[in-house]
Amino acid sequence: MTLDAFIPESRQTEKPRESYTWIGKSMKRVEDPRLLVGRGNYVDDVNLPEMAHAAILRSPHAHARILTIDKRQAEALPGVLCVMTGAEAARQTGPLPSWANPPVHQYCIAQDKVRHVGEAVAAVVAESRYIAEDACDLIEVEYAPLPAIVDLEAALHASGDAVLHPDRGDTNVALARTLTFGPVAEDFAQADRVIERRFRWPRSGGTPLETHGAVASFDPGTGKFTIHANTSMYNYCGWMIADSLGVPAHKLNIVPTLAGGSFGAKLFSHKPCVLAATLARATGRPVKFMEDRIDNATGCDAHGSDRVYYAKLAIKNDGTLLSLKTRIIDDYGAYFQFGVGQHGNALSQVVGPYRINSVEVALEAVLTNKCQQGAYRGFGSEVANFVIERLVDGAAAELGMDAVEIRRKNFITPDQFPYLIPTGNMYDSGDYAAVLDAAVELSEYDSWREKQAEMRKQGRYVGIGVASCQERSVFSTTEFWMWNLEPGGEWTSSPDAVSLKIDPTGKAFVTLHAPFWGNSPETVAVQILAEQLTLDPADIEVTYSDSDHGFNSTGPGGSRFTVMVAGAVVGAAHQLKKKLLRIAGHLMEADTADLEFRDGAVSLKGAPDKRLTIAELANTAHYFRLDLPADMDLTSGLDASYVYDHPVTTLPAKDNSHMGIFYPIMGHMCHIPVVEVDIETGKIFILNYAAVHDCGTMVNPMTLRGHVRGGVVNGIGSTLMEHYHYDETGQLQNVLFTDYLLPSTLEAPTDIKIGHVVTPSPFTEYGIKGGGEGGRMGAPPALAAAIEDALSPLGVTIDELPLSPNRLRRLIRDAQARQSTGDIGVDSTG
Amino acid sequence: MGAAREEAETMESVKIAITVNGRLYERETEPRRLLSDFLREDLRLTGTHVGCEHGVCGSCTILMDGQSTRACLTFAVMADGAEIDTIEGLGGIDNMHPLQAAFWEKHGLQCGFCTPGMLMTSLELLRENPAPDREEIRDALSGNLCRCTGYQTIIDAVEAAGKAMRGAGQ
Repeated sequence: MTLDAFIPESRQTEKPRESYTWIGKSMKRVEDPRLLVGRGNYVDDVNLPEMAHAAILRSPHAHARILTIDKRQAEALPGVLCVMTGAEAARQTGPLPSWANPPVHQYCIAQDKVRHVGEAVAAVVAESRYIAEDACDLIEVEYAPLPAIVDLEAALHASGDAVLHPDRGDTNVALARTLTFGPVAEDFAQADRVIERRFRWPRSGGTPLETHGAVASFDPGTGKFTIHANTSMYNYCGWMIADSLGVPAHKLNIVPTLAGGSFGAKLFSHKPCVLAATLARATGRPVKFMEDRIDNATGCDAHGSDRVYYAKLAIKNDGTLLSLKTRIIDDYGAYFQFGVGQHGNALSQVVGPYRINSVEVALEAVLTNKCQQGAYRGFGSEVANFVIERLVDGAAAELGMDAVEIRRKNFITPDQFPYLIPTGNMYDSGDYAAVLDAAVELSEYDSWREKQAEMRKQGRYVGIGVASCQERSVFSTTEFWMWNLEPGGEWTSSPDAVSLKIDPTGKAFVTLHAPFWGNSPETVAVQILAEQLTLDPADIEVTYSDSDHGFNSTGPGGSRFTVMVAGAVVGAAHQLKKKLLRIAGHLMEADTADLEFRDGAVSLKGAPDKRLTIAELANTAHYFRLDLPADMDLTSGLDASYVYDHPVTTLPAKDNSHMGIFYPIMGHMCHIPVVEVDIETGKIFILNYAAVHDCGTMVNPMTLRGHVRGGVVNGIGSTLMEHYHYDETGQLQNVLFTDYLLPSTLEAPTDIKIGHVVTPSPFTEYGIKGGGEGGRMGAPPALAAAIEDALSPLGVTIDELPLSPNRLRRLIRDAQARQSTGDIGVDSTG
Repeated sequence: MGAAREEAETMESVKIAITVNGRLYERETEPRRLLSDFLREDLRLTGTHVGCEHGVCGSCTILMDGQSTRACLTFAVMADGAEIDTIEGLGGIDNMHPLQAAFWEKHGLQCGFCTPGMLMTSLELLRENPAPDREEIRDALSGNLCRCTGYQTIIDAVEAAGKAMRGAGQ
């Protein structure tokens, strides 16, 4: 088959241009004023009349049978409205939504068994959260502990009582499968060398400062639930929450609130919704459930990837990369809500920016007694980036090549796009050497190499890291099921929608059908619409639909929203423009081909004084029907909606020889940090940090840089600090922010230098690519490389994160011990 | 268990008088009620956000008699007689405080959840030190977590606000 057989035609209608009026401007965000004056409406700010408050009794055991629950004392406490066990909840409420196939059943309150510390055993509704928490203390639960499975490699062999979900068989392996793309055996046979490493990527999480929550009410008059929540995907699959509640989809309206950060964590956030609604139905009162920090750390359903890699990279002695083979064990925790979607994701850019001819991935997804995985900025691809970059650095080290040189040698070149990687995904466009060059310049790489040599002479451990990583954007939903062994639930649509209207006074209204997550959806919509209609951004208002009024919209996640909102706004704006031109042409007695949009008006080309403003046209459109032709499509008013489908996606091959195109809008980045390691304490000082990103056409460079910097600091957390640490009994040891350390101002560099290269996408409107996750997808391999470089005089190899002072000190001590005994071999056992 | 129940039943409310953003509020409150809950629920001033409820994240920072204070680690009764400043008193959308304007201009916020705490801590800093350098700002904000921005633009904003306030003689 030829390449053309795989790649659909581009549906791009707005070509990238040399200059724009609003696109590409660092316009101040339209979201900000209300947030700056303390008037954002987050879920915990929702206050309904007669609202009661819920708290949950959390399991103290990692794995146990629930024998008895005595709730009499709790129920007797004044102010308590309801104490609900899992068995009682299950009378009306079914299992939570799951994309795994076959599903793993999870309930908003545990049934019969608890499977992780923090799982809800009972819920209390009371007049206040204080009373609800008091009542939780009065519930007596008798447990019969079961073996706790904590270690992911041990989970492979668990059986009997140690199996979390016996209904799926006598095993904790939720999915085991090997996928081979291309001639892996032949390529390995041709290799001069194989770089072989074991990597350990630790469990962390998005950990937004706002926890998950929901306020639910049930109207007995209509039999309908309303849920206010900091959720997403409510217009895509909100019906699944109705399904859990046992009501038809039209008996549930989900109203989005602002989210105080997500980073993926609030991708669906179904559990608080189902729990609050279940309790509202039981009490006849509106019920608020907000996770506290302990609820969140132990039961948010949004921990990140937790993987071991056994990785092999086949190379030639001249530095040519041939083939990649990995065996992965991934610790999913106690449930399996998205199946192995994270590994679908990782297949999208598994070879990085390099020409690698073949790939094999053997995956074992295991279940353990921990909070389940969800999404965290990268959704699995951040780990794949870490692995390929560490392997490439390993190859460079073995061959004595410079980190920059080996990358340049293997890059896919600009003339090779669109490029299909062995897994079938397409890279739409790119110029990786240009990004690398820009980063080398921005970071003053050569000058730092000189400084490094000087500093080494002074006994300082200074290192420079280079990571050139992919930043896939705009996922297609096929990533969620492509690994599944059993067919079912194989959705192929992942659109986003907007609706637009211009009112009789000429003000434009955009309705988004997906929520605010801390990104800038309103600003993006305003900039694109202002560009389309030549309106003043101050004349555009943006609001969010609830699910009653929403159209099919996947929502933010996978760095998709800017591309998708832009596509939807363009589609709807084109409809409005067509109508405005018809009306203007009629009123001005001009051919529509001679008219253009300019400065908020439709004017005659070459005679801008002959014009009708959009406000004038809107007034006519609304109130003067009889001034217009009787055409059926000139209905009164100016309104349009558009559902923008994924710009370019194809199906996986039936024989799994490839996975189709599913994450094609390919951004790229190069990060070059300079670090110094204090070898006495293990403390890392970041001396310089440069990041160059190519996210195609930029809508708002200021907010894009915000994402890059914020992502870099998330990446610093993942690399140096963050790790949900479960002990051997399954107790989470660092629940609070006093122990689970997030980067503060003191760990974050205050001068991250950011550069841009612009390679527009040939597939999206204006050539925009997503950039929401980028920083976190590049910082870990870049920092690991810099630290390894800093410690190269000691021969330390970095294979495991986080590089806490503790771990670094151990690596340094071991290296020093080897050196003192004369063994200066590089430790690659991790 | 019995003791907890007894305590819950015998919890007596206390009368307190607190001035918030210049307005005096007289309310009955349980001694155990957190100032953060008192502000958010009793006074419906929801601009003060609660991120961790154990005093680390700084989202709930308010000024109590001019001192930055964690509202989640303070009982409302401890604020009896005190003057409290919250984000709602700082400035409105048409008359933003220079700090709010600078956070907007410099993109010092994304999700906005930490922002009220950041602003109140910064307000205290600029009152005590009208011309802080970047290291001083970094140090002053080290008790306020932000998961979105990476802090750099927050530091930029506080620096710019300081300059603007000095220029305006505030």
